[in-house]
Amino acid sequence: MKKEQLQKQSGRRKFLKNTARGALAAWFGTDIVFASAMPEGYVPLAFQRQDPAEPFGKHRDMIVLNERPWNIESPAHLLDDKVTPADKMFVRNNGLIPEDIDADNWSLTVDGESVVQKKTFTLQELKTRFKTYTYQLTLECGGNGRGEYFPPTEGNQWNVGAVSCARWTGIRVRDLLNEVGIRDNAVYIGYHGADSHLSRDPEKEPISRGVPMAKALEDETLLAFQMNGEDIPLAHGYPLRLIASGYPASVSGKWLNRLSVRDRVHDGAKMEAPSYRVPCEPVEPGAEVAPEDMCIIESMPVKSLITFPASGALLKGRNTVNIRGHAWAGELRVAKMSFSIDFGATWHPCKLTPPVNKFAWQHFEADVSFPKKGYYEIWAMATDSQGHSQPMLTPGWNPKGYLNNACHRIAVKVV
Amino acid sequence: MDKNIPGKKKYFLVLALTIAAALVLLYFGLNSGDNGKGIQPVPDKMVQVEPDAEIQGGVHVATGLVADEGLNQVIANCTGCHSSQLIIQNRASREGWIEVIRWMQRTQNLWDLGENEEIIVSYLSQNYAPVWKGRRAPLTDIKWYELKE
Repeated sequence: MKKEQLQKQSGRRKFLKNTARGALAAWFGTDIVFASAMPEGYVPLAFQRQDPAEPFGKHRDMIVLNERPWNIESPAHLLDDKVTPADKMFVRNNGLIPEDIDADNWSLTVDGESVVQKKTFTLQELKTRFKTYTYQLTLECGGNGRGEYFPPTEGNQWNVGAVSCARWTGIRVRDLLNEVGIRDNAVYIGYHGADSHLSRDPEKEPISRGVPMAKALEDETLLAFQMNGEDIPLAHGYPLRLIASGYPASVSGKWLNRLSVRDRVHDGAKMEAPSYRVPCEPVEPGAEVAPEDMCIIESMPVKSLITFPASGALLKGRNTVNIRGHAWAGELRVAKMSFSIDFGATWHPCKLTPPVNKFAWQHFEADVSFPKKGYYEIWAMATDSQGHSQPMLTPGWNPKGYLNNACHRIAVKVV
Repeated sequence: MDKNIPGKKKYFLVLALTIAAALVLLYFGLNSGDNGKGIQPVPDKMVQVEPDAEIQGGVHVATGLVADEGLNQVIANCTGCHSSQLIIQNRASREGWIEVIRWMQRTQNLWDLGENEEIIVSYLSQNYAPVWKGRRAPLTDIKWYELKE
């Protein structure tokens, strides 16, 4: 990490140099003369926080929702790649990203009421003693789309871009648990990571969630140490993280140093209501829901994104456009993909590819033609293998604004 | 307010703000280097604010928060743990903001706000109140561009 940190520092200086004057001009109106009053290398806080390239090397068009903790999303058109590259991958944190990670001395302890014996593995042992697997796996934040709910719900106001589908390499959790040995009474696994609580209270974990045993034992549930063929970037869990695709991404813990096999539903931080839970029975918008009436979210719902063209396309001298994007359906497959240019009055089929593996998003495309000049919205609707489609309005309101899978829409004008 | 400030005065304002911001930077720099060990979570992490820090167009420049009564209490009690962006992007009624505060007190080590609670809740519910948008709002802020591909 030393070298990387140095590079980061040097990149940062360059950034300061290149942008400080321009930023100051914008900040104080047009009068740049005051820039000379600033100490060298100083960038106003208000400006400093807006650049997602700092410190994670993210694409400049990524949207920073929150810098402490870091929460960054992708605009839909940045997600056009079939395999999401690191610079276009959303960042979701509940706490503070760990510093000074020592991968050479990293270890994972497997403990809990339902292990036969507590056992610690070095990262090197995990990498060499078990068979490794690579899958392309969709990760979507449970709160993706929260910004559209009314009444508003508290938390980061994600638009549509808290989703990614990268290639993850690691070992199966199942293989690790077989090695350790688990008891018949195992119910849940719970992860523990090296991130710090926002209050910096060392006694508190920012987040410690997990999945039921059946999910933990699936082929695609990994302890991953590589993303897209390289070490996992720091913001995404370097050097070791859990990946359990199809569930809210908050179950896929980052910077993993302990995995507990529990004889009950894991009770770590943010397992409790209202976090990552929705009302067990539907409620009216704005309702108060008692903690005991909130149920843990498991599979994410069917959803899709139009990633080309970017919203706002002006079509000059033509009336057609080829659209494309991705669709996914939590633990299920996407069976059908449709688009509409008349707000859902008529729907037309898209070409849809099968997933490269279970839990990978699927790709769609369609030729869209418009009958006359004017303003249009292209709406995309995926249908899962059990017949559930994306709603055209926001789905059932819930107190924390999870699971908004309303149809994605982009604006197009034929001029 | 800044537009009519004579150059010299503006110079000092910038200088004062710079020093204040540098102190804040220094403060967080020290804290983040500590890696979370041995730091008392409350209450010495309350952020010190310059009461006359720069305001532009009704917004406190350094945080982006609306300049209104209670701003300093909000900065001091809220932005020690999370950035002001988390406040700015949220909307809630009075009851909603109180519920968020209670949740932070239950789970996030937020301290008893004492007499500041009323000031903070009033500030938040007046400046960050829900805006009606119904079940699905029209697309807004569309950046039009000519599609060449």
